[in-house]
Amino acid sequence: MAFSAFATTTQAVQAPKRTSRVALLLLLPGILYLALFFLVPLVALVITSLQAPAEFGDIGQFQNAFRWENYATVIGQYGAQILRSFFYAVLATVFALLFSYPLAYFIGVKARKWPLLQNLMLVMVIAPFFISFLLRTLAWKQLLSDESFVVTGLKALSLLAPDAHITGTPVAVVFGLTYNFIPFMTLPLYAALERLDTRYLEAGSDLYSTPFTTFRTVTVPLSMPGIVSGVLLTFIPAAGDYVNASREFLGGTGTTMIGNVIESNFLVSLNYPAAASLSIILMAVILVLVTAYVRRSGTEDLL
Amino acid sequence: MATGGFAESGADLELVGIRKEFPGFTAIESLDLTIPAGSFFALLGPSGCGKTTTLRLVAGLEEVTSGRILIGGKDVTATKPYQRPVDTVFQSYALFPHMSILENVAFGLRRRKIADATGKAHEALRLVELDHLAGRKPAQLSGGQQQRVALARAIVNRPALLLLDEPLGALDLKLRRQMQLELKSVQSEVGLTFLHVTHDQEEAMTMADTVAVMNRGRIEQLGAPAVLYELPRTVFVANFLGQSNLFTGNVVGSTSTSITVDVGGTPIVVPTARSHRHSGTVTVGVRPEKLQLAFDAPTATSALNILGPGRVVDVSFSGVSTQYLIAVPGIGTIVLFAQNMVVGPVATEGAEVWVSWQVEHGFGLEDTAEEESRFPADTDTAALATQSEALLAELGEG
Repeated sequence: MAFSAFATTTQAVQAPKRTSRVALLLLLPGILYLALFFLVPLVALVITSLQAPAEFGDIGQFQNAFRWENYATVIGQYGAQILRSFFYAVLATVFALLFSYPLAYFIGVKARKWPLLQNLMLVMVIAPFFISFLLRTLAWKQLLSDESFVVTGLKALSLLAPDAHITGTPVAVVFGLTYNFIPFMTLPLYAALERLDTRYLEAGSDLYSTPFTTFRTVTVPLSMPGIVSGVLLTFIPAAGDYVNASREFLGGTGTTMIGNVIESNFLVSLNYPAAASLSIILMAVILVLVTAYVRRSGTEDLL
Repeated sequence: MATGGFAESGADLELVGIRKEFPGFTAIESLDLTIPAGSFFALLGPSGCGKTTTLRLVAGLEEVTSGRILIGGKDVTATKPYQRPVDTVFQSYALFPHMSILENVAFGLRRRKIADATGKAHEALRLVELDHLAGRKPAQLSGGQQQRVALARAIVNRPALLLLDEPLGALDLKLRRQMQLELKSVQSEVGLTFLHVTHDQEEAMTMADTVAVMNRGRIEQLGAPAVLYELPRTVFVANFLGQSNLFTGNVVGSTSTSITVDVGGTPIVVPTARSHRHSGTVTVGVRPEKLQLAFDAPTATSALNILGPGRVVDVSFSGVSTQYLIAVPGIGTIVLFAQNMVVGPVATEGAEVWVSWQVEHGFGLEDTAEEESRFPADTDTAALATQSEALLAELGEG
């Protein structure tokens, strides 16, 4: 499964030790690809993040340096946006998990008796992918706009204050993030639950365990690989997302996330070192959080 | 019940008019059964006879269509599996793969909030001699060890009733023998009521005090293993529990102690007390190991039934005994087991022989042997479908 590389450190089976030229040859394209499109850009990014403004240069002209204070500057300047990014990403991940688990459970376990329904529901989970993610997010902007039936309806029911909006608020951004990443949560969960042996649930029930306790002590631990994959596939892109939070889509001035800051620094203010150091901070924080999460969820114990 | 303590001892199980229908077929027609507390009861039958369904009904994993289930006099028909004082050793063991052996065994105790779950789990593991593996995961154990863990996980809860769903099916012969003895000793040690479902007649006879032979959703006969074997009541029991030579004919004479049946011109005498029918067309039988093989016609006496001459058509050696197939004109093919004791006749294929047995070894059946196979005729697709559904239900997937 995706990201199992994080989890299987203890379980890695020793491959037979036999260095063969063919194996190296087959590995070469992959190694070259990684070197060219991952390592080189990463090094370039680190170099850029340490650059200083060029002397007597124009805006957007920088020279190589070791300006470590770039990092301190962006953290001081954008600390709120960084925190907000991770807060929104955590919220979106939790909501996506709460929404996807029952859905995946239904498709993967309850609907086993009806393969047609199972396939139909899977198609419905995947179908939104066929339409551009930007278009779908724009459509939600329309659906949640001030004149939309959603907002007017909520106002008519006095669930929303007369002068309130949905677009441009954190609610809309978190909603958009949740919506856009639900398939990434549902599919790994489905893959894990589809393999769930219901005989374990019968055994749990036979051993004096109520349905809820069986769910807590048997179903959830057995679907942990799916939960971990889904959380990672949702949390990582959501933390760096800049579409949902941008003002052209669902966000507003108060919802700027780290992705939007990087975008504006790079494209608008042409402050490449700031954009680069923000990117590296984002990457580092995600790496730390994800490692801690995988360690804690203990998926390496699963089979 | 769910949070109560241990059952003091085994409890009676009473099934009253149980009927179970699955979409498209009936797994259990009508079942009445009482299993006394503390007994080792085996439900024996071929695949698809409804025995596993019966077990799942008792465990609460399936709901009855009609009828009542009473455990220790209490009606549990409407209760959920986790509310019943019943534990199951599943055919697949169903050990939780994400928990250690110890946690698997302690699972039921923790759910019922019983004090010192860990200590009691260790105790149960010691009983099955696996305490040294308490920290392992189920996948790291052999099949036989997993089976013992499954047993420990069930008996640690001291259920009033322990259900065993062919738990020895996956084990090899030697291990199975050993586990049969262990199970039996565990049962007498803890004094629980055991309900054991199996299709292995030898296993059922070795282990159980009482065996019920089940066929097509009904119980054909119920009794102590020796009684069932010596005095089967129906053709199905006579053929399923060991092998039998069956002969059908009309009763042509009877005395106060015996009846005489004419089978293809040869009179066969059966004691009245050992026959379920005494007039009309009767199927009588005798076990293959009760037959004597002779090269010369034995002297006819009133204590002996004699068939022959016939011809040996097949000889197969199986260690302790040799199985002969003997074709007797007008009667059919007879199976005979002869102990390999060197002394006594050893026949070869084609030899002309006589077969005889003591009158008191014969038995008369309640029904007659029609040319009826154990499975419905699978000539049409509907029958095939019904049969496969029944098998699926038996496997617990239906």
